[in-house]
Amino acid sequence: MTALAIDLKRLGEEKAPAGFADRLLTHVGMADSYALFQTVLGPVYVAWNRSGVSAAARMSSALEFEAWFRKDVGRPLTPGSAPSDLAAGIEDELRGSRRLRFDLRGLTPFEQAVLRKTREIPRGEVRPYGWVAREIGHPAAVRAVGTALANNPIPYFIPCHRVVRTDGHIGNYGGGGPEAKRAILTMEGVQVNRLAELAHAGVRYHGVRTTKVYCFPTCHHVRRANERNIVPFRDENAALAAGYRPCKHCRPAAA
Amino acid sequence: MEGTERVFERMVREHQDRVYALGLALTGNRQDAEEVAQDTFLRAYRALVTYPPARIRDLKQRAWLHSIALNVVRNRTRGAKLRVVELNGSEPDHASGPEDDVLLRAELDALASKVAALPPRFRDAVVLRHVQELSYAEAAAVLGTPVGTVKSNVHRGLQMLKGENHDGARD
Repeated sequence: MTALAIDLKRLGEEKAPAGFADRLLTHVGMADSYALFQTVLGPVYVAWNRSGVSAAARMSSALEFEAWFRKDVGRPLTPGSAPSDLAAGIEDELRGSRRLRFDLRGLTPFEQAVLRKTREIPRGEVRPYGWVAREIGHPAAVRAVGTALANNPIPYFIPCHRVVRTDGHIGNYGGGGPEAKRAILTMEGVQVNRLAELAHAGVRYHGVRTTKVYCFPTCHHVRRANERNIVPFRDENAALAAGYRPCKHCRPAAA
Repeated sequence: MEGTERVFERMVREHQDRVYALGLALTGNRQDAEEVAQDTFLRAYRALVTYPPARIRDLKQRAWLHSIALNVVRNRTRGAKLRVVELNGSEPDHASGPEDDVLLRAELDALASKVAALPPRFRDAVVLRHVQELSYAEAAAVLGTPVGTVKSNVHRGLQMLKGENHDGARD
């Protein structure tokens, strides 16, 4: 082989720049990008792709977030600069207006249904796990709902913190444990201690004497009512027996 | 779709270095090489999603990607300005020093820009045969020319690279 041939062969052994494959896969939407955002909840790592926001987590380092994402979501992930509207969308979303699109590919249809339903729970309100189960047409699958919420890849944005246990315990939270759940609910205006007291007293619903409608205690319809007109109920049957109908907004019972 | 995406991801990871090196030899600089490699894979992706599974399975990926990359480079130069080759005056001196089998990155870059400056038909033949080490038959298939033509183009291209009359040989 001539010297020239050897040199040409060496030229053919040059390697693509580091990260080339991941950048390319990101470009065609097969890998996700991520960045750290300063939010009302503090710094949050958020991943996104062409279909929308795909994951979020509060973690101590980028490496930790990358490792978690690759294991949990299973796609390649590269640091990226966020599209111009994403930071504003994140802030608005966390403040209560729904603007973001989410990418829930890779989750089962059941998990997707749980997360979509959870997204309907307004800021400042909470619902029991059983409510989510019933609303998506699987009333017996309460535990499965709990599992799906625990595996929510986009906590804070898909507000799994707004789903709580009926017995007054706040329930577990994949986004940072029960304390984080309590803190976020408090920030959203939920009186967490009051909820616990009601649960201990066996009160699950609040009726309004003037309208004869009963609600979950955090429903904004019943919170608007005058304190003197509120009637506590232990269960659905007690409310029905007293001549009350379920609220059409918070749907405390199947219609 | 899921299957196609898997195929594509594997294709990118397996061939990224080969396609990048091809781009480097054809364009003569690393930034263009990366763009060529990226465009090549993007075109491949757009084609793959329209292919039936049998066609994807039977695809000779290496040859296929090489012909896409050649097209990418041809379209670039056709559409854009002709690249001016910079001659910095520092010819690599391969015979000097005890490490003459270790080419520095700068020397590789200098070689790449010399190769890239060849007239396209000699450049393509030399690159496929000697940089990418395809057989003459494979190179002929990728280029769509007879083996004999490839051989003579390779020969001519190598002469130009070694040659003193590099500029004079330009058509």
